[in-house]
Amino acid sequence: MFSYANPKRFMELSGRILPWLGAATAILFAVGVYLSFTAPADYQQGATVRIMFIHVPAAWVAMMAYGFMALASLIGLVNRHPLADVAAKQAAPLGALFTVLALITGSLWGRPMWGTYWQWDGRLTSFLLLLFLFLGYIALWNAIENEVRAAKAAAILALVGVVNLPIIEFSVQWWTTLHQGESIFRKGGPLISAVFLWPLFVMAAAYTLLFFTLLIVRMRTEILERRARALALGANA
Amino acid sequence: MPAFLAMGKYAAFVWPAFGISFVGIVAAVALTLRAYSRAKTRLAAIERNAK
Repeated sequence: MFSYANPKRFMELSGRILPWLGAATAILFAVGVYLSFTAPADYQQGATVRIMFIHVPAAWVAMMAYGFMALASLIGLVNRHPLADVAAKQAAPLGALFTVLALITGSLWGRPMWGTYWQWDGRLTSFLLLLFLFLGYIALWNAIENEVRAAKAAAILALVGVVNLPIIEFSVQWWTTLHQGESIFRKGGPLISAVFLWPLFVMAAAYTLLFFTLLIVRMRTEILERRARALALGANA
Repeated sequence: MPAFLAMGKYAAFVWPAFGISFVGIVAAVALTLRAYSRAKTRLAAIERNAK
C-alpha cells in the first residue's frame, strides 16, 4: 500500500482527484446550508437548532482530524514514511480550525440554551484540551529545525494525546455535565427527528470533504516546498 | 423575511455562529490556495534558475 503513497504518485493521483473533491464539497455545502435554513425550528431549541448543523460537524471533523493525525504519526514513526509525516503535519492546523469553530459555535448555542457561554465540565474542557494538543503539535513542529527530529517529537505528542479522544467521547457518560449525551449514534436509534438529521448529515459530509480537500492541497504545498528547498540547497552546494 | 432574519428571538446567536464559521472556512480555503500558488511559483523559479 505504501508504494502507492510515495510523493510523486501522490502528486499525480491527488491532482486528478482534487477538482472532483472540490466540486463535491461545494455542492454538499450548498445543499447543507439550504437544508439548514429550511429546517423547521425545534420545539425546545427554537431556531438555535440550526447552530447544531455547523457545531456538531465541526466537532466530529476536529476529532477525526486528531485521529487521522495520530494514525499518520504512528505510520510515520513505525514505517518512516515521509508522506505520513507530511499528512500529520498538515492535518494539525485544519484540526485546530475545526476545533475553534466547534468551541465558538457551541458557545453561541450554549448561551441561550444553558444560560452560559462556557462551563468547565468534562466535555467542554476535554474539547478545549484538544485545541491545546493541536496547537502544541504545531508549535513542536515549528520549534525543531531538523524535519526528521521534529516529525518524531510531534508524532509522540500526537500519540500521547490520543487518550483525549475517548475522554471527549465518553465524558458525557462519565461525569455530570451540561452537555447532552449521545443522541445520534446510540443503541435504539437516534433521538433526533429525520427533519434535523438530514441537514446534519449533509453538513457533516461537507465538513469532512472540506477537511480532506484542504488536507490534500496543503500536502501538495508541503511537497512542493520541500522539493524547492532541496533544489535550492543543491544549487547553493 | 424579517421573521427569517430574526431567527425566532435567537438572531444574536444563530447569525454570528454561521458568520464565524463562514469566515473561518473561507479564510482557510483562501490561505491554503494562496500558499499552494506561492509554492508552485517558487519551485518553478528555482527550476528555471537551475537550468
